[in-house]
Amino acid sequence: MDIHEYQAKELLARHGVHVPRGGLAYSPEQATYRAREIGGSKWVLKAQVHSGARGKAGGIKLCANDEEISNAAEAMLGRKLVTQQTGPRGKLISRLYLEEAVDIAQELYVGFVLDRKEERVMIVASAAGGMEIEDIVEKAPNSILRTSVDPGVGMQRFQAREIAFGLGLDHNLIGKATETIFACYQVFRDYDASMLEINPLVVTRDGNLIALDAKMSFDENALFRRPEISELRDKSQEDPRETFASDRGLSYVGLDGNIGCIINGAGLAMATMDMIKIAGGEPANFLDIGGGASPERVAKSFRAVLGDKNVETILVNIFAGINRCDWVAEGVIKAIREVGVNVPLVVRLSGTRAEEGRRILADSGEAVIVADTLAEAAEKAVAAWRAATKKKAA
Amino acid sequence: MAILLNRSTRVIVQGFTGKIGSFHADDMKRYGTKLVGGVTPGKGGQKHLGLPVFNTVKGAVRETRAEASIVFVPPPFAADSIMEAADAGIKLCVCITDGIPSQDMMQVKRYMLRYRYEDRMRLIGPNCAGVITPGQALMGIMPGSIYLPGRVGIVGRSGTLGYEAASQMKSLGIGVSTSVGIGGDPINGSSFKDMLKLFEQDDETDAVVMIGEIGGPQEAEAAIWARDNMRKPLIAYIAGLSAPKGRRMGHAGAIISAFGESAQEKVEILKDAGVVIVPTPSSFGEVVADTLSRMKKAA
Repeated sequence: MDIHEYQAKELLARHGVHVPRGGLAYSPEQATYRAREIGGSKWVLKAQVHSGARGKAGGIKLCANDEEISNAAEAMLGRKLVTQQTGPRGKLISRLYLEEAVDIAQELYVGFVLDRKEERVMIVASAAGGMEIEDIVEKAPNSILRTSVDPGVGMQRFQAREIAFGLGLDHNLIGKATETIFACYQVFRDYDASMLEINPLVVTRDGNLIALDAKMSFDENALFRRPEISELRDKSQEDPRETFASDRGLSYVGLDGNIGCIINGAGLAMATMDMIKIAGGEPANFLDIGGGASPERVAKSFRAVLGDKNVETILVNIFAGINRCDWVAEGVIKAIREVGVNVPLVVRLSGTRAEEGRRILADSGEAVIVADTLAEAAEKAVAAWRAATKKKAA
Repeated sequence: MAILLNRSTRVIVQGFTGKIGSFHADDMKRYGTKLVGGVTPGKGGQKHLGLPVFNTVKGAVRETRAEASIVFVPPPFAADSIMEAADAGIKLCVCITDGIPSQDMMQVKRYMLRYRYEDRMRLIGPNCAGVITPGQALMGIMPGSIYLPGRVGIVGRSGTLGYEAASQMKSLGIGVSTSVGIGGDPINGSSFKDMLKLFEQDDETDAVVMIGEIGGPQEAEAAIWARDNMRKPLIAYIAGLSAPKGRRMGHAGAIISAFGESAQEKVEILKDAGVVIVPTPSSFGEVVADTLSRMKKAA
């Protein structure tokens, strides 16, 4: 789960990381009011969306007076910001963050990630801050410092100190940098983060160390014990199709194709999507209905998939272990009768009670295309989709 | 004995009296697993499914001489249960639970290092389908009927995709020595490489099928190890060809966040290491059959 920059900065500031003075605004008037609150003569207005690379997309503006703030706020609010990371749909700007402008002497990079190779929290730092980490890896690989934390004892101060010296900082900044890095680690650990990135961490002309930007993601498996983080969720930043599905306990990822998928198990779901692609189609989504799926849950999955207007065919692929194919079949019929399925529907049932499931489909008299194998299911779905689009065009 | 598990392995269930634990305990017993009891703190002394319930894993091990444990404990308490098993002298722990926080798993793995290598518990999972040695024993949630006993090992992250592979093989008359689900989490107890090492040493396994997916470094590590150390054929499929970068595809670990983590990149790495590639998820059966017949000809 991602949070906004201003939320991450609040968390960090509470633990002793220095951030610029700033305030949240939902309107141009509020933004100019914030400027007076903060004081000074130059401010930066930043669109709060869950994405990096906002500057290049017009989501960050330097302002010198009320009129500039008001105009910039007017231009941003209610618009969708399309960055390199958001995809073409972009993300809605409904919150702005106004900050005092900072006089920058040097830009650094500090990031914390879960390293899957070492299975530990890894700290990555570089004196070449200000650009994306991918670009640093490419353009200044020798500037990158890495160290990992022993989960038994947590991060030690010497590790933070080594990074501070490694960044080539002035001696009077070493203490501040050590404390900043250490505080970031504590925030990462104490809130079950999965990623924390401060880019840039800046050295100011008056010798301070300030987190100018902050990005954080959290381990969704740990949200049960972090209610204060769960509250920071902003649904306006999510794909509405995914919000609908996740509110109903379904694991769903929206894609750009036309063949909707309802599958049990993440691996089989990915494999079925691959099979659709190999057969010449494009999947509209990833959807795992999970184990022990009731007819109601299957019907809910149809609602989620059909909520995407691009869906022109549906493929249901179930290999039941703890699931029951007869329940899935009942759910399919329920969906046809209650939700209304006006696109071709291909169903493949295998495993526990597959025979009973197929019988329920056959006896229902509904127009369900039945397939026996994974390959057959994908081929029939693509063929049905082609026939349907041809019909539409004619 | 195939690997990890056979008909004489003495198994207990942690989270024994819960709904999910009971359901699968019953299923495992019927398959032939030597189930000797279970653990539910506070319910020690009772009988459940005709077997003794214990308050602690140590108590269960003392009374039943259990060597293996399967964990169905809910996510907030699962890491604690795994560490309890490790400390009680359990040799093999299979954790089915989905949704354990990553930081808990980091601590579990760090905790296990306190035991000497010879005494250290082997952890399979979490977030996995478990282990089955067809015809002998089941420690997991897979439908036993889709596996034919035989001489091909399977190791995969996903449960249902593993079923797909096993049933394609069964329809061609190809059986399985042991099938292991290592789970879909970013931090797991045993890696692909760990399982390949066991299969390579196993006299009852002739070839191994590895079912990987997007995210993480484990498939590539396994391929490099296989290239340098494995004499048996390794056959692999990687799921997630159509998965976009940076999106989590169901499994907590199925996300492309670095170079080498996409399905295409992993397939390239595997090919370079001489691994036989299953080109589509519907051709597990054919590719395994073809590999086995080429082995026979060469012999």
